[in-house]
Amino acid sequence: MNNNQQTIERVKAGLQRRRASEKRFRLYGQVSIMTGLLALLILLVSIVSAGYGGFFQTMLVLDVRLDAEVIDPAGQRERDVLLQADYGLLLKQSLYGMFPEVTDRQEKRQLSAFISSGATQSLRDVVLEDPGLVGQTVHIEVEAGSAVDAVYRGDVDRNATQSDRSVNDRQLQWIDHLLDEKRVLQRFNRHFFTSGDSRNPEQAGILGAMAGSFFTIVVTVFLALPVGIAAAIYLEEFSPHNRWTDFIEVNINNLAAVPSIVYGLLGLAVFINFFEMPRSSPMVGGLVLALMTLPVVIIASRSALKSVPPSIREAAFGIGASKVQMVFHHVMPLAMPGMMTGAIIGLARALGESAPLLMIGMVAFIVDVPGSAMDPSTVLPVQIYLWADSPERGFVRLTSAAILVLLGFLICMNGMAVYLRKRFEKRW
Amino acid sequence: MMHRTTGSDLHSPHEVTVGRIHSEDPRISARNVDVYYGQKHAIHHVSLDIGRNEVIAFIGPSGCGKSTFLRCINRMNDTIAGCRVTGTISLDGKMIYDEDMDVVPLRAQIGMVFQKPNPFPKSIYENVAYGLRIHGLASSKGQTEEIVETSLRRAGLWEEVKDSLHHPGTSLSGGQQQRLCIARTIAVNPEVILMDEPCSALDPIATARIEQLIDELREDYTIVIVTHSMQQAARVSQRTAYFHMGKLIEVGETGQIFTNPSHQLTEDYITGRFG
Repeated sequence: MNNNQQTIERVKAGLQRRRASEKRFRLYGQVSIMTGLLALLILLVSIVSAGYGGFFQTMLVLDVRLDAEVIDPAGQRERDVLLQADYGLLLKQSLYGMFPEVTDRQEKRQLSAFISSGATQSLRDVVLEDPGLVGQTVHIEVEAGSAVDAVYRGDVDRNATQSDRSVNDRQLQWIDHLLDEKRVLQRFNRHFFTSGDSRNPEQAGILGAMAGSFFTIVVTVFLALPVGIAAAIYLEEFSPHNRWTDFIEVNINNLAAVPSIVYGLLGLAVFINFFEMPRSSPMVGGLVLALMTLPVVIIASRSALKSVPPSIREAAFGIGASKVQMVFHHVMPLAMPGMMTGAIIGLARALGESAPLLMIGMVAFIVDVPGSAMDPSTVLPVQIYLWADSPERGFVRLTSAAILVLLGFLICMNGMAVYLRKRFEKRW
Repeated sequence: MMHRTTGSDLHSPHEVTVGRIHSEDPRISARNVDVYYGQKHAIHHVSLDIGRNEVIAFIGPSGCGKSTFLRCINRMNDTIAGCRVTGTISLDGKMIYDEDMDVVPLRAQIGMVFQKPNPFPKSIYENVAYGLRIHGLASSKGQTEEIVETSLRRAGLWEEVKDSLHHPGTSLSGGQQQRLCIARTIAVNPEVILMDEPCSALDPIATARIEQLIDELREDYTIVIVTHSMQQAARVSQRTAYFHMGKLIEVGETGQIFTNPSHQLTEDYITGRFG
């Protein structure tokens, strides 16, 4: 009795300390989670605020007289003639018309810089679509040059001295005039999603990089998934457990930790120099990324297979299923969600990878959108890297906008992994 | 007919099993079976006949080798790395450890029910139909349905699940799951059913239901049951084999083993002195 009371006393004495330690641990956990969330929030806010503008484009509203003398003196309205006409001249004339006081050659050049080089194409497309417009005056929105763009977005410090800004005082006056007339406005940046890379930020887009990423990932999926899952099943279910398989297992684990750029060197040496596959092609990129993803897929698939309870295997064996039937009828379906999650996370990593692709030449400046896995191209993360390297203000916005697109893809893939796991998860 | 022979002519002199290891109509004959897990000698020189349509219970303390010996009969020990079996076991005169013996048909002939109910995470119907499908035992969908129904009826589960055949097998209660596993086993029409402590995870009512089922199944099958419960052994079996430290100590008619054991170890165990 007395003894019992002593025990209780002792337990009570230690109770406060125990509770405090639990409280402290909870607090640590909450603080670390809050720190993580805050970092994520700051990252997202900074990328979105920097990249948001990349999805919009500054346009100039001009009244362009489509002078028949300039476009098509012969009056035949032939496509070839319409294609080669000097639309830039028409745009300039329209702009000069608004500023009759500008006569000086140098000033004229500064004024004509308000029109982006992409604007001539836009005007040409309008004329080609409706040749009947030739001879009339059209009210048209064309891409503005970087000076107008910078002033419109407030990137130019008006209080700075003229030598410290990219836009001089005269240009600033003209732009203010255009702004007063409401001839400057912002539209959705269609170039961003419909064109490849360009030297001009107004015309640069990520379609080429997206197509390159798509072909690369397709090659990776078709190589890494079947090979990785087959290897995992063999190693886990069929192979004898001896020194050889131990050796293989250790090597697979080591390969998963190899820096990705090493895979790029391997790709350069083997696929490009030895097999002479085309440089900069998504095919080679996909092969390299497949090699990089393979160990991840194998490890994830093996652990998924391992987590299937042995009672299911015994049940299948007990009824007379062969090993293949046991694996494919019972173990595989149960391991599938885990395998898929691992595979998708591995692929998401491959999609965001740039270092190994630099080694195989996917860092080249490529304007054309690739049409197949053998065409030279770049991929989203490398495109981001390239743009981040460019000094123009416009590319800063595009860099963040491209990061947003890439993040969107990665979130989609991870969401798919979660969905697949929830959808196919079975309880036993 | 109570035979009380001591010793066996087939044993080496230093390994003596008390009681009658022979059966008049043996279905399974094990002779001089030794099992090793790596270095560990798990079963010592066990010889035993299991007769047609009899229920034989293996009893003994934990780790005595009764489950190991049971799993030798359908070669389930093959799946354990480092496990080695010597001696001979025959089923209807065929040596099951021969090189050319295929375990797939063997396990179709010798079904097994496990300690923990382990239905496949599929529907009740699929659980029973699976064995038919892999062995190609049903020629049509109608026949499959028929066999599924008779198997579930024989396992005493039909009335409870006939309206929910396409619900998952794992949604049933523990006792129902174990009866589902029995239905799954008898669907492929085995000759022998091995049961490894089939009631250890079940409550007394579910246990009584399974014991009744074992009694009914005896008409068509030879049943080997490993159990921790001596009462269960006494209730369901005709013969009982007592294992101790990897040795088969005593085997005999169940009534005789429980009322008048010949070996001191058997007596100590059934009177509760250890185990």
